[in-house]
Amino acid sequence: MSNTTATRVIVTGRKPAGRSLFRRSTPEHADRSVQKRRARRETLAGYGFLSPWLLGFFGLTLLPMAYSLYLSFTKYNIFQPPEWIGLDNYVRLFTDDPTFVQSAQITLVYVVVGTPITLAAALGVAMLLNYRDRGAGFFRSSFYAPSLIGGSVSIAIVWRAMFGNDGPVDSVLSAIGIDLGGWIGNPALVLPALILLAIWQFGATMVIFLAGLKQIPKELYEAAEMDGAGPYHRFRAVTIPLLSPVIFFNLLLGLIGAFQVFTSAYIISNGSGGPAGSTNFITLYLYKRGFSDGQMGYAAAIAWVLLIVVAIIAFILFRTQRSWVHYSGDAR
Amino acid sequence: MSTTSFGEQAIAALENQVDATEQIPRRRVKRKTWQTVIWFVVLLAITAIVLYPLVWLFLSTFKPNSEFGSNPGLIPNNPTLDNYVKVSEGIAGVPMWRFFLNSFIIAAGSVIGVVLSSALAAYAFARIQFKGLGILFAAMIGTLLLPFHVLIIPQYILFNNLGLVDTFIPLLLPKFLATEAFFVFLLVQFIRQMPRDMDEAARIDGAGHVRIFWSIILPLIKPALITCSIFAFIWAWNDFLGPLLYLTSPENYPLPIALRLYNDQTSSSDYGATATASFIALLPVLAFFLVFQRFLVDGVATQGLKG
Repeated sequence: MSNTTATRVIVTGRKPAGRSLFRRSTPEHADRSVQKRRARRETLAGYGFLSPWLLGFFGLTLLPMAYSLYLSFTKYNIFQPPEWIGLDNYVRLFTDDPTFVQSAQITLVYVVVGTPITLAAALGVAMLLNYRDRGAGFFRSSFYAPSLIGGSVSIAIVWRAMFGNDGPVDSVLSAIGIDLGGWIGNPALVLPALILLAIWQFGATMVIFLAGLKQIPKELYEAAEMDGAGPYHRFRAVTIPLLSPVIFFNLLLGLIGAFQVFTSAYIISNGSGGPAGSTNFITLYLYKRGFSDGQMGYAAAIAWVLLIVVAIIAFILFRTQRSWVHYSGDAR
Repeated sequence: MSTTSFGEQAIAALENQVDATEQIPRRRVKRKTWQTVIWFVVLLAITAIVLYPLVWLFLSTFKPNSEFGSNPGLIPNNPTLDNYVKVSEGIAGVPMWRFFLNSFIIAAGSVIGVVLSSALAAYAFARIQFKGLGILFAAMIGTLLLPFHVLIIPQYILFNNLGLVDTFIPLLLPKFLATEAFFVFLLVQFIRQMPRDMDEAARIDGAGHVRIFWSIILPLIKPALITCSIFAFIWAWNDFLGPLLYLTSPENYPLPIALRLYNDQTSSSDYGATATASFIALLPVLAFFLVFQRFLVDGVATQGLKG
């Protein structure tokens, strides 16, 4: 017991408030001190295991975020020290920079049009695959492949060729009498081509939907059918509510991912964001401002606008979650 | 199949009887068959659309330059291997194998870093009760939603001041510090599914966390570690923005950046080389996919399901 007390002094740096020798040696007391020591050991082990992550989180995420917030209030070109200019960058973004406004618009169109279609396609195909087991594994894998390679430079190059002038898409459309010309060089059609590229990568979302669908008990569908519910009603009353946590997850990650599209736009426009700024997504504009024009402070402000928009969307989604996402105790 | 037991036969016979007494109308059976046929055809059509760009790219590597622009179809009119010969020679004075090697070093380094650091962090989050667990876990989930682009400017300034631009360190260091929350999250999900009996028994026998982590948890989560490794490899292999920011000399370029070289310098004439280099850059990823698709698909499915 004396040993315990000694350790406790060392560990807590505090003398035990021993009123009497007898009291200190009660089993209850010894127990509590052992518990405390164990808790301390656990905390120490926890931070030990977490140390690489903590270093990364503070050194490469939290502090850089704080620094970029600071930079967003400055004029900074790397060579001279940052010069504090207050809110000027932000004011300029919204009042005196039509390129930014355009870039925000096309990014929003891309997110708002692309994400729901991708989700709907993913859910539709997942339901198709859930209908029969035979061969479903093969289809599941082939549909998943594009999500793995879709963000690569190679696929962006393929897309540029496929939707370019005299590419496969153009020639098929011409053959059936729709003469649109190349999509890549056309400011009105290059964004749809990029949205199609995003939809093409529905596989990862589909796999998550499929796993969710498999967890819905078959009896629920049977019960609904007994009650005379047709396919549409079964979809509305069983599939959607029971799948809502998965829909929520996919929607959240899909929206946030769509805001960050970069590689395809960069490659398809050769880094220019053209034609006529129609592929100048926020991330590409940020990159050009920061790394081509050397306006690091201004680019940081763009990054913070992006962050705030994403945060607001995440907040709204989490806030409205209660009204449409159903967590049944079992399905989670 | 041939050794069906008597019991199974009996059950089958009983089932047949039940079927017979129920007398399913023939029309309904027919409808079911038709539905399956339509189902199969629809899915085949989707497969064709989804895989078309890949097949097109593969077959384009055999097209001579003159056919780009005149033959948008799948099959080359005059198939040739010239493109492969040209690409193997490299570009900008750098041989092709060098780009491959760079890509490989970055991807392999990423795998080691991601698996080590993410497994450690995930074990702490899933199995150790420590002060601050809740808030740090929430912070980790938060970084899952954080747009990466907020960090590129300060991180670039940091690595630039440390004199590390044009080295692989800015690309690899973040992986060794578990900054990619996807992997930590995936492993946390996986470890939480593991029964606690074994590590509790080990604790009673006096094993510490290091011991439990190393000899019990790590072997148990091997499938998840494989999933993480494959994703880490493929993502690092395909990464464009990171190398674009940090690598400046061509002999340090990985494949995606080297591809841009083909694109910028000769895109007006050399479509064949561009297509072929693009296809070669995809090959390792496609090979990984074919071999490990089960791990990849299951990994994604677990990630989305339990929150």
